[in-house]
Amino acid sequence: MNAPFRTHRPDEMTQNNAAQDLSHDLPLYAAAPKVYPQSVHGTYRRIKWIILCVTLGIYYFLPFVRWNRGPDAPSQAVLVDFAHRKFYFFFIEIWPQEVYYLTGLLILAAMILFLMNALAGRVWCGYLCPQTVWTDLFFWTERLFEGDRRERMLKDAGPWTVQRVREKFLKHATWLLIAWWTGGAWVLYFSDAPTTVRQLATFQGAPAALIWIAILTTTTYILAGFMREQVCVYMCPWPRIQAALTDENALNVTYRYDRGEPRTSYKKSAVLRAHGERAGDCIDCGQCVAVCPTGVDIREGPSLGCIQCGLCIDACDAVMKKIERPARLIAYDTDVNVGRRLAGEANQFKPIRSRTILYAAVIAIVGGVMLAALIGRHDMTVSVMHDRNPMFVKTADGSIRNALTVHIVNRQSATRRFAIRLDQPQDGRLAVVGDQQTLDGSPSVEVGPDQVLELRMLVTIPPGASPPPSQQLVFKVTDLSTGGTATAVDNFFAP
Amino acid sequence: MAEHKHVATDKATGTATTGHDWDGIQELNTPLPRWWLYTFYACIVWAIGYWILYPAWPWFGGATPGILHWSSRGTVATEMAALREARSGMNDKLAAASLQEIEKTPELLSFARAEGGAAFAQNCSPCHGAGGQGSRGYPNLNADRWIWGGTLEQIQTTITHGARWAGDPDTHATMMPSFGRDGLLNKAEMADVAGYVRTLSGNAPDPAADLAKGKQLFADNCSPCHGENGKGNIDVGAPNLTTQVWLYGPTTADILNRIQNGGGGIMPAWQGRLDPTTIKALAVYVHTLGGGQ
Repeated sequence: MNAPFRTHRPDEMTQNNAAQDLSHDLPLYAAAPKVYPQSVHGTYRRIKWIILCVTLGIYYFLPFVRWNRGPDAPSQAVLVDFAHRKFYFFFIEIWPQEVYYLTGLLILAAMILFLMNALAGRVWCGYLCPQTVWTDLFFWTERLFEGDRRERMLKDAGPWTVQRVREKFLKHATWLLIAWWTGGAWVLYFSDAPTTVRQLATFQGAPAALIWIAILTTTTYILAGFMREQVCVYMCPWPRIQAALTDENALNVTYRYDRGEPRTSYKKSAVLRAHGERAGDCIDCGQCVAVCPTGVDIREGPSLGCIQCGLCIDACDAVMKKIERPARLIAYDTDVNVGRRLAGEANQFKPIRSRTILYAAVIAIVGGVMLAALIGRHDMTVSVMHDRNPMFVKTADGSIRNALTVHIVNRQSATRRFAIRLDQPQDGRLAVVGDQQTLDGSPSVEVGPDQVLELRMLVTIPPGASPPPSQQLVFKVTDLSTGGTATAVDNFFAP
Repeated sequence: MAEHKHVATDKATGTATTGHDWDGIQELNTPLPRWWLYTFYACIVWAIGYWILYPAWPWFGGATPGILHWSSRGTVATEMAALREARSGMNDKLAAASLQEIEKTPELLSFARAEGGAAFAQNCSPCHGAGGQGSRGYPNLNADRWIWGGTLEQIQTTITHGARWAGDPDTHATMMPSFGRDGLLNKAEMADVAGYVRTLSGNAPDPAADLAKGKQLFADNCSPCHGENGKGNIDVGAPNLTTQVWLYGPTTADILNRIQNGGGGIMPAWQGRLDPTTIKALAVYVHTLGGGQ
């Protein structure tokens, strides 16, 4: 269904074709044809501006949002705290051992991407992808200083003037400024934002922060300023995957050739229609191509280069309005419907198909599991690790002793005291190495806010009990203030 | 390969062909984007910069050092220095605190156990085993019967000076005589003593052994070191024979072997190889394995 993306127009190639010698005239490497997208107004352009403002607004300002977590935890709403190995997202706090949340998020992201694709094609590419959003912003900047499509093309073909140098300088300076701000915002997610801004402003930024700002400034400047559609066409894997995942019922930005063909000039079509003959609505004005940010011709059908941003819909609608023909000659539509209309049948939309149900079900299940895990998340856990070597020790009096390493995790932002009890084996005696305090005969320990306490525990069964080679061992940890409990299970080994 | 032809355009795609023709199958000439080529050149430039900055070209007596004079060995030295620097605060505390204080302070205890555990894995585990479980002739450090004493200070002393280590004048030097080999006891006597020793830890003796004789022989020959009732003496490294922990095994044959040959294991003195703070950490680590007194 997808036609190959074309970098050359056939007429370009015919000049080369006249050549006799291949090695001289047919280049192995072709310069990317420069795309000069024209500005456009309309529904989809407005949607894109809104999404651009919202997504960039979130990206640039989210690090400054505060969230009170008490005195011992950072007050930044969204923070990746590498030093303390925590990830904070508003009321959620993820520890390294809970990386399965990240796995769940990635599965959700993939499934939502697939669902969007099954419903309305490359929604991600056209509206949400950072590459699209930043390139859009860079196009806007370019227009601001160098003018619209026609002006830019003329200027690029014309000579260098002082005016031209000034325009170029301002454009690149603004691009670099945006790129720098982009890199700067990135590092704010990894340390306290106001502190980092103050450090950067007083030239005291950490080397790691400066390196990352430099890297992201460079990549933003190059990817959004120069690489642009090349990223989508050559670098990004998603267009390939998307082409394999789509089907004939997915809404895609479609040139309705059933209505548009045969292409006829405006005047000629009026004459044809007056004689009762068929004339297509497409007047071959080329507006759809002129506004395209990736330089494809939508009328050739879906292609790898088409990111389905909908700007050609806006451009074509404006032309249809001028020539007083119905809008949406280019629209979100399906191949199936074009065929049905050609056959004289009614449109048919099938948003509910086996694949959309499947994707939605996977999203619901993964989302549900993650939600359940989040709600059921304990603020205290205990885990136990048996000594591998030796598995057991026979002591001087013939007792059998097992040594275990126990981790008590306190996920609250306050210090808590826990009592540790051995539930099984019942004849086992518990001792905690280095422990000084006991309460009602069971050892008790203090765990600091958001900390993990590692303890070495010795469980001894007195001589004469002849324990079996392996039996269950159960630790019970009780929060002395709340009475909440957590248990850990392992084995007690004997000869 | 077909003969050289005028370049044609493929009708289906509008793309030029290379002119090569294999039985009617033609090859499209789809040029790569030029920036790919530039990326390739950029890599070459990068490589040249790398040669200048980093060790690159083999030369007599080693590779060219590069103007940054970087080396992986130097990086390790820097990292080690940084590590020592990072640990110095806690190490100073460890050096200043007494062994008992270290065990009572959770912060120091966990640091000492971590550092001691690392030192143990590197230096002690070849003989005593990865978890200090020991093996025949190498004491199990998890058990609570100690040859040279199981208090923190005694463990520290043993690690510092070793056992029967010729290079250290303060080492634990005593060892068991070879009663059999040197003709101090004859075979029958040895069998009687072995039978009696078995009974000290509640084990059944060889029925042939004369326990009364064995007891007398024990009192005459063994009790100076092992004590009258066999409870041992850590001052001379004579093990307590009344426990269930046996360094060379509890069978009659094992015990006979010891009486016949005597001697004892050798442990190096770690003084001079490990710094005193590491030895302290090691003592705490071994003490907290479970058998410390």
